[in-house]
Amino acid sequence: MHRFANPARFLRITDAVLPWSAALTIVLLALGLYYGLWASPVDYQQGATVRIMYIHVPAAWMGMMIYSLMAIASAVALIWRHPLADLIAKAAAPIGASFTFICLVSGSLWGAPTWGTWWVWDARLTSVLILFFLYLGYIAIWQAFDDPTRAARAAAIVALVGFVNIPIIKFSVDWWNTLHQGESLFTGHGSEIDPTMLRPLILMALAFTAYFITVLIYRVRAEIIARKLRVLRLSAIEG
Amino acid sequence: MSAFSALIARDVRLAFRQGSAATLSVMFFFLAVMLFPLGVGPEAAILARIASGVLWVAALLSVLLSLDRLFQADYEDGSLELLALSGLPLELTVLAKCLAHWLTAGLPLIIAAPVLALLLDLPAKGLAALLLAMALGTPSLSLIGAIGAALTVSLRRGGVLLSLLVLPLYIPVLIFGVAAVEAAIAGLPSISHLLILAAIALAALVLCPLAAAAALRLSLE
Repeated sequence: MHRFANPARFLRITDAVLPWSAALTIVLLALGLYYGLWASPVDYQQGATVRIMYIHVPAAWMGMMIYSLMAIASAVALIWRHPLADLIAKAAAPIGASFTFICLVSGSLWGAPTWGTWWVWDARLTSVLILFFLYLGYIAIWQAFDDPTRAARAAAIVALVGFVNIPIIKFSVDWWNTLHQGESLFTGHGSEIDPTMLRPLILMALAFTAYFITVLIYRVRAEIIARKLRVLRLSAIEG
Repeated sequence: MSAFSALIARDVRLAFRQGSAATLSVMFFFLAVMLFPLGVGPEAAILARIASGVLWVAALLSVLLSLDRLFQADYEDGSLELLALSGLPLELTVLAKCLAHWLTAGLPLIIAAPVLALLLDLPAKGLAALLLAMALGTPSLSLIGAIGAALTVSLRRGGVLLSLLVLPLYIPVLIFGVAAVEAAIAGLPSISHLLILAAIALAALVLCPLAAAAALRLSLE
């Protein structure tokens, strides 16, 4: 892991990775959208509304996965003072918040024709909404400090505290109320989803992951450059 | 007297002497609850139905408002640095300050709650559960809030950020606190909800001082 702590090496490796991940994003997204919007059957109950699921479900996965990644990166940053882990967590947060937002909006658009309401205070919806606010809190703490090294450590504490609390929040809202569908993909006895619908779902999930990696690399590179600029400016002032 | 209990005694004494901070948070609690009958309408049936939720939300906000008292004044006059340099580990300093905060911001709410429950027409069966749930839940509010207070202590405008950081973490306490009262009103056993509140309080007792102390070290650099 410490081999990758060197920003210059990171830039070199990502130079090689970036074209591939960008191309993979475009191909997977095109395939996923094709299968999702045209080459998959309509649901016998939901009609064409089911196609929203190909956006909604992968976005929900990404929202949770990115927060976990941020928490791991924050722990690495706090324990080993790994210089890139902070930047990865910082760069991932707005992407995760966007995916969570897409998940909330697409779920709402799906809920209006299917459940007959834009929003219900159901356990899953509420816990995703709380996850969204945890993201916003994390982003806000980065902006609240002037000094980036102190902001990084404060943000790492926020990410870890939020991560410890996510299971507690999830567990409490699950007991509180529920309307959202149960798990149908990872059930222990195989998937309950028809293969024609599973294909676009998996393709979109992979496309979102590739997109995340591509944008994350761009954002981390921008952060590294911004840090360099800051150091240069400060040294210019101090003469 | 050990440094730990001396610190608690100092904080409690300061809270009661400086502009009666403890009575102020009770006054906020009263006012916040008073807004609900004005906003929702004075029908007794509706108020009785929402009383447990209103009391919990008002208690939550009242504790939230008093969180800046935890470290702010000590940070500004430099005594927090002296406390950090004293022999007491910073984690225990945080714990002592949380206990003092609970004694001056949480406990007064529990004492005031029966009067407000009466005003909102909370069914009598729920009162014991409400007080027990508040006794088990409000210490967690002080402890979780300490993390947010420690993170924002060195910031100029930390108030809104503090609520953005802390309120999402307060939700489990709110849910189980209200659930305990609702169960008691419905004639069901509320012990499972109270046990979970106790579990949250115990976990917060162990984890929150660690996180808050880490955040304070950052502010004291």
